[in-house]
Amino acid sequence: MTRTTQKILRGLALPVGLLGLWQLSASLGWTDVRFLPPLDEVGGTFLRELGSGGLATNIGASLGRNLAGFALGAGLGLAFGTATGLSRPFDRLFGPSFHALKQIALLAWVPLISMWFGFGETAKVAFIALGAFIPVALNTHEGMRSASAQLVEVGTALRFSRAQFLRKLFLPSALPSIATGLQLGLIYSWLGTIGAEYFMAVGPGIGGLIIAGRERFEMDLVMVGVVLLGVIGFALNALATAATNRLLVWRTA
Amino acid sequence: MSAGETLAVLGGGAEAQPSGARIRRAAVGLLVPLAALVIWAASAQYGWLPIQILPEPLVVWDSLVQLWSSGELLDHARVSLLRVVYGFSAGAAAGLALGLAMGLSETVEDYVRPLFTALAQVPTLASIPLLMLPLGIDEALKVVIIAKAAFVPMTLNAFAGVRGVPAQLVEVAQAFRFTRLQLLRRVILPGAVAPIFTGVRYGLTKSWTALVAVELLASSEGLGYLLVWGRQMFWLDVVIVAMIAIGVVGFLMDKTLALAETRLQRWRVTAV
Repeated sequence: MTRTTQKILRGLALPVGLLGLWQLSASLGWTDVRFLPPLDEVGGTFLRELGSGGLATNIGASLGRNLAGFALGAGLGLAFGTATGLSRPFDRLFGPSFHALKQIALLAWVPLISMWFGFGETAKVAFIALGAFIPVALNTHEGMRSASAQLVEVGTALRFSRAQFLRKLFLPSALPSIATGLQLGLIYSWLGTIGAEYFMAVGPGIGGLIIAGRERFEMDLVMVGVVLLGVIGFALNALATAATNRLLVWRTA
Repeated sequence: MSAGETLAVLGGGAEAQPSGARIRRAAVGLLVPLAALVIWAASAQYGWLPIQILPEPLVVWDSLVQLWSSGELLDHARVSLLRVVYGFSAGAAAGLALGLAMGLSETVEDYVRPLFTALAQVPTLASIPLLMLPLGIDEALKVVIIAKAAFVPMTLNAFAGVRGVPAQLVEVAQAFRFTRLQLLRRVILPGAVAPIFTGVRYGLTKSWTALVAVELLASSEGLGYLLVWGRQMFWLDVVIVAMIAIGVVGFLMDKTLALAETRLQRWRVTAV
């Protein structure tokens, strides 16, 4: 047996064993099926929800508001980070306020946002945008600051215009950092989507599905939802990583 | 850490710039909050926005003073902090144990890591409703959620720390015929201290965020509950006070650990 197959087999041992134990304990009645419904029942719920199209609607709704919030927050974050990164006065004016507000845990904004914007789509998107804004702004700022002083001198000697400075110097040196920020922003906006749907559980969405499942004590539905949240988050992150590597290929070239 | 902070550490905390410039900078930084405060006060004065959307700054100040002097704010903060202490210590200890075990033994890594990675993909926030059904909404739920939040970064960093110990050092230790215990105590643990500390700091931040989440969803005391309560009563002043308290506590915890971290690094510099 090669090392790789050994690794795979060992890695599978625990999950498969636990799943087997789960199914066994549920069918033999060792545990309360309300808390631990049999595995096949969870699978059945997944297929049923998928077949009825309900799942697709919910996933679509969650992803839609996630992307809307991300686009809004990342756009604002890019603008804000660029401004604080390139202009000292702007940074000194707004930097301290930004850093103070950043200390507040993201979810603690939910009550305030829901009072200002209600429980509808606006409030959710505003909250998700806030989640994306903070890491994008921070990393854009860091990136813009990271341009080397020598290059700036060269640019000055070549009498670069402001636009040339931005396009030829600051933006390229900030790109890796911006990419990190966007990736983090995507993760945070997904967390924001979950939070928004949990606390403002109105309208379609996976978070709303889970909350409804919990209220009706349908553990199988809750499990399907939670696994979906994990899988989608993982997929979003993988996509972002792949896109970043693609985009930054010129760095190693 | 920025270059300026590094320099400050190396220079024994010497101030990098004259105090006049520092004061001026601080004053400039206060301009925006002050302007916001003036607009806020004016808006309340002239009734631009309904009071449920934005109460007067003085009302917020009054409820801050009131919540503080009645001891209510401190009580809620104490409840929240205790939850974090219990949950974080349980989660961090378990994470440290698992991270070390995976780092030291490839067999353990083979068996546990895929499952760990899969479970780590589920955000802490997402797992709250799942655990609410079997655990109820009492202290157990809070401690488990907070522990889970600290567990993941702690495991990852302890694992990375052990694996990051230079192979040469281990070889030297083996040449000196160190016992396994000696190897662990003299070489691997000291080498892994810095990443483990990163895990502690990161884990504590995650614990605090998880606390806010779980208190918002299910609790009858604590700073998160104060938020929910203010929201339900439409007392925006209470909501704002609770937000400030959450921000301040989170900031103080992180600052304390950051300070400890620089201490630790200084010790490392002198030790090498």
